[in-house]
Amino acid sequence: MIRAAGLTKAYGDFLAVAGIDFHVERGESFGILGPNGAGKSTTMRMVGATLERTSGDLTILGMDPSREGPTIRAHLGSVPQQDNLDTELTVAENLYTYGRYFGLPRSYLRPKIDELLAFAQLEDKRTAKVDALSGGMKRRLTIARGLVNDPSILLLDEPTTGLDPQARHVLWDRLFRLKEAGVTLVITTHYMDEAEQLCDRLVVMDHGSVVAEGAPLDLIRDHSSREVVEVRFGSDRNAEVAAQLGGVGERREILPDRILVYTDEGERDLQEIVARGFMPVTSLVRRASLEDVFLRLTGRSLADE
Amino acid sequence: MLITEYRLRNMWKWRSAIIAFGLGNPVLYLASVGLGVGALVNANSPDGIEGVPYLVFLAPALLATAAIQGGMDEVTFPTLAGFIWNRLFFAMRATSVTGGQIADGVLLASAVRVLFTTVVYWLVLWAFGAVEWTSALPLVVVSTVAGICWAAFMLAVAANVTDDGGFLSLVGRVVIMPMFLFSGTFYPLSSLPLAVQWIGWISPLWHATELGRWLSYGAPLPAWRAALSIAYLLGMGIAGVVVARRRFERRLTS
Amino acid sequence: MITHAVVTSAAAAIAQGRADRPGARVYSYRPHAVLQRGFLALRTSNALVFLTGFVEPVIFLIAFGYGVGGMIGTVTVQGVEVPYAAFLAPALLAASAMNGALMDATFNVFFKMHYLRLYQAMMATSLGPLDVALGEIGWAMIRGATYAVGFTVVVAIFGLITTWWALLAIPAAVVVAFAFASVGMALTSYMTSFQQLNWLNFWLLPLFLFSGTFFPITTYPEWLQTVIMATPLWQAIAMMRGIMFGVFDAALLFHVAYFLVIAVFGLYATSRRLEALFLR
Repeated sequence: MIRAAGLTKAYGDFLAVAGIDFHVERGESFGILGPNGAGKSTTMRMVGATLERTSGDLTILGMDPSREGPTIRAHLGSVPQQDNLDTELTVAENLYTYGRYFGLPRSYLRPKIDELLAFAQLEDKRTAKVDALSGGMKRRLTIARGLVNDPSILLLDEPTTGLDPQARHVLWDRLFRLKEAGVTLVITTHYMDEAEQLCDRLVVMDHGSVVAEGAPLDLIRDHSSREVVEVRFGSDRNAEVAAQLGGVGERREILPDRILVYTDEGERDLQEIVARGFMPVTSLVRRASLEDVFLRLTGRSLADE
Repeated sequence: MLITEYRLRNMWKWRSAIIAFGLGNPVLYLASVGLGVGALVNANSPDGIEGVPYLVFLAPALLATAAIQGGMDEVTFPTLAGFIWNRLFFAMRATSVTGGQIADGVLLASAVRVLFTTVVYWLVLWAFGAVEWTSALPLVVVSTVAGICWAAFMLAVAANVTDDGGFLSLVGRVVIMPMFLFSGTFYPLSSLPLAVQWIGWISPLWHATELGRWLSYGAPLPAWRAALSIAYLLGMGIAGVVVARRRFERRLTS
Repeated sequence: MITHAVVTSAAAAIAQGRADRPGARVYSYRPHAVLQRGFLALRTSNALVFLTGFVEPVIFLIAFGYGVGGMIGTVTVQGVEVPYAAFLAPALLAASAMNGALMDATFNVFFKMHYLRLYQAMMATSLGPLDVALGEIGWAMIRGATYAVGFTVVVAIFGLITTWWALLAIPAAVVVAFAFASVGMALTSYMTSFQQLNWLNFWLLPLFLFSGTFFPITTYPEWLQTVIMATPLWQAIAMMRGIMFGVFDAALLFHVAYFLVIAVFGLYATSRRLEALFLR
């Protein structure tokens, strides 16, 4: 569906996207994970045929976006990072006008709008103005709007940023349904849990480059241990204690607020730390996550940014 | 006093816009209507309007317009901002300042601008030969008072606006524009049909203009009419201050 | 549930059907979809502000045409002697077409561009920059022309129209509104703050006051007359007076050509700017 090779976007001397390769297959849910400023949104806009690439190859459904922009965009649904709903219109009018932008006739749109309002759980908000909606409702409306043209590919840029946990789960549920219906999803996010939940396959981006690619579980297996022990000794003691933990686990990371011990046997290593006479203020044994993959690959935490 | 100082600093930041819109606009009208249209009028009425050239007839009206417009701008924008856009007044009320003091502060800052505008514009009129030296003090005082009284009235109105929804552009179109054009500014009010003359009677601009013409070139004005105009302007100002103070305090504490 | 077409969809079929037409990269032959959005937004949100726009030229006509006009009598312009109100009416008609179009093409376009992010949303669909430019300029033009029609009706009621030829003032107002809308939107696309727009607005007042609107430009020295004759409002006013007074000559054709050139240039510039802002 999407194929990028050496895809680059430069703003003057600054490389926002520095020659990346990836591909997205039909029906797949593909993620682009990375901290803010990694080049995710820039990549997304190039894929959405609303940003010209500087160099490299990019084909979407076999077409070149710099030559066939309008046709490609007719196949895409787009959910931008910041809602750009039309606040001068009602909820239903938003869907209607957006469908009209694609040239869809009223007869086509009338049942479509009912269907989309049901999908977005906004049936009772049909005649409300957009400003009267909650953040979660606005996001669902934006997604519904992106579906009005029955896109082959739905592009979601940071779909749950700024939403409260409950609204996020409602949104994830809607996205799962789309996936089941066979829509190809491309999602950027800086939430590792979102990437793990939603994506079949993903690339990890940092400073405009792809640093890893694969299925979430494969990435965790390849770049991290099975389990992680998190121990805190207070910010002034962490480094001092870490220096004396040689041989515990496969590897250790010292963060400002805690020490991470990568291991296949978390409980055993925690006991070992205590046995060496260090009593952590708090401790946690957990499964490794994409956060650990990112930390391993870049030396930074996703949340640092 | 704090709020006045803050407002004056803010005005300093916007000085170029204030000079362009607050003084530039009336100067442009003076040149276009006073000189351009004036030439047509004088050609048709060699004796002038009320016995004076058109420019002299127009000058007191434009002076009052500049004062009224400047004073209003300086209360409506900050009041909408303070209550709605940046909610600064609520933060101020949380300190030891009362709502009434905030209202006073905004009005006082606006009074400074009115006085500045009036003095500078009077000098422009003088340069154009539209006013005499001797009229300086009375004309400036009347226009300044009218500007402040209207500002007080608009302060009370703006304090009641809860949803700005185009309020300012609406006021501009349905209040300011008709007031500017139907207050006998450009022609004697009596030449308009009665159907629209009433706009002049309730307009502070007309009252200020009548007083101004009397003071500037001795246009005939019976004493009772002068007293009525003064009373009307002051009444509007005092009512504005009272309502605005009360409204500010209530809105900031509920 | 969403029924999903695997290979293609109605929207994709429409786009593919138009992909071979000339200019398909920037134009999808759908400016009416953008216009329709304008009508819906007017009905839902902006009706009151729209209506008050009719008032301004009318009060100018009453105040100056009758109030000041009573002190002036008649004016001779373009070889015709007319009452002052009849002299003023075509000028106010031109100014109302200009103001209506510019109000929409500047402040409203700026709001839609930077606060609603409307054009970003439009450009994410299969619309091209030329669709958006044509639709939005067309919308501003409709607004300017609507005010002009409303004002023409008022002028007729006041008995200031003496010839059926005056009906030509309406298509003339459309041309004027289109030119001002297209240049206004092109300029607005370069603006980054409302303050800059206010300055743009500031320069409209001298244009309004000195373009022969309220008095003939023969008052000015020769060189200044030449400068003013190059400005768009003077061109519009001269065209309207020619039509309303029934003076049809080569100058009229020149005025029309003047506005058509400006309109096409503004449209082209706007389309290129939208492309640069949202597709590059």
